Amino acid sequence: MPKRTIIPFGPQHPVLPEPIHLDIAIRDEKVVEAIPSLGFIHRGLELLVDKKDFNDMCFVAERICGICSFIHGQGYCQGIEEIMNVQVPDRAKYLRTIWAELSRIHSHILWLGLAADAAGFESLFMHSWRVREKVLDIFEETTGGRVIFGVNKVGGVKRDIENDVLKRIVGTLKDMEAEFKPLANVFIDDYSIKHRFSNVGMLSKEDAYKLGAVGPVLRGSGVSIDARKLGYAAYKELNFEPIVENSCDCYARTIVRVREVYQSVDLIKQAVDKIPDGPIDQKVTGSPNGEFFSRLEQPRGEVVYYMRGNGTKNLDRYRVRTPTFSNIAPLVKMLEGCELADVPVIILTIDPCISCTER
Amino acid sequence: MPINPFVKMTSTVIKHLLGPTACKMYPVEKPVFFANTRGHIAIETNKCILCTLCAKKCPTYAIQVDKPGKAWKIERTKCIMCLACVACCPKKCLTSENQYSAPVTVKVVETFNVEPPAAPKAPETCPGKE
Repeated sequence: MPKRTIIPFGPQHPVLPEPIHLDIAIRDEKVVEAIPSLGFIHRGLELLVDKKDFNDMCFVAERICGICSFIHGQGYCQGIEEIMNVQVPDRAKYLRTIWAELSRIHSHILWLGLAADAAGFESLFMHSWRVREKVLDIFEETTGGRVIFGVNKVGGVKRDIENDVLKRIVGTLKDMEAEFKPLANVFIDDYSIKHRFSNVGMLSKEDAYKLGAVGPVLRGSGVSIDARKLGYAAYKELNFEPIVENSCDCYARTIVRVREVYQSVDLIKQAVDKIPDGPIDQKVTGSPNGEFFSRLEQPRGEVVYYMRGNGTKNLDRYRVRTPTFSNIAPLVKMLEGCELADVPVIILTIDPCISCTER
Repeated sequence: MPINPFVKMTSTVIKHLLGPTACKMYPVEKPVFFANTRGHIAIETNKCILCTLCAKKCPTYAIQVDKPGKAWKIERTKCIMCLACVACCPKKCLTSENQYSAPVTVKVVETFNVEPPAAPKAPETCPGKE
């Protein structure tokens, strides 16, 4: 039997800009075990709740991640609103849905670019990011920021989007969709991409469910679970079905993300058609007293917030379980038995966001 | 019938060679910001009454108000452009401008000398007292 050797992967590795460390035990180029270790970038964000006003904490929540920043802020605000029994106006709910879906589009296109880069397809990477730029421009026009938006607040949103601007956004997204389609066809049909991703990083349906995978990893393994189906914000009034692929490999996860871009564009169209007129925020008085679990679907998967208020301006506890954290156990399972050269691609397909995971 | 890959590739290359550039030619072509872009906070010094509400509301403690020295100070590198100060200003003298503040190599506190508007004079004789 070949000798067992341990290869360190990370915390600095060309494929990932973020620090995750894996001890990869190999026997003759085959991975037999992967041991993850976390904790390179602790920022102490959760501890800030006992120093910050609960209204200001929304800004901190947004800074957990640079890609899903909007949904982090939304999750925090929804939790506090539930504790305080605040009725958020319908228009604010729709606006939150639109911004959340725009976040999903730009996150998925960003990931597709990175996946192309990891497969050695540099021009596809650049074209993906060119298409993504349109979504960032929509963000800048409507919220004022390109990465951190700061439009969420407890009780609603801070900025409104006028109805004609919303219609224009749908037009821009149509153009973007037309530009994205040839790129998406490359991800779906191209021989080299298929060859690199097919039958790599297998995760069976049972394992995905049992190990608590979330998001595209779970849906790429054939399990139809999507937290948007819980009906938070305006999702209960929109018509959609979770996107599921059954081949359980890296290719399936890629296809789930490609199809989710189209789905998000469709959801935005539906939301723009249905958005009611009215106020965008509700005045909030008092302080939160109680506890709540808030669940949302981020581009990377389901995120869970736990927050407990004690009737003062500062919360007692604020805990976030991010999708990457849930996907680490399935990742370890996927890595078992793969080739050493496939490790970077497999790690990339869970769309790891380490600064989300280690706050 | 599937398109010949060579024809497909050539048409893509020609499209991108003759089409517009994806990037802006930055120093030559100035970036255009949207009206909503959160650039930096500006103050109209002749309207400010030094009430310190902005300093109290600032979540990152970027604003300091020096009442006796009649100065309004902001540390741009701390400011997160949340616009809490703009929303709470009673005199509406703080505004959000769409140009970003200039990059710096040293963290500096920008100081603005404020001339509070003169308080309205109390009438010398009370109208109803005659």
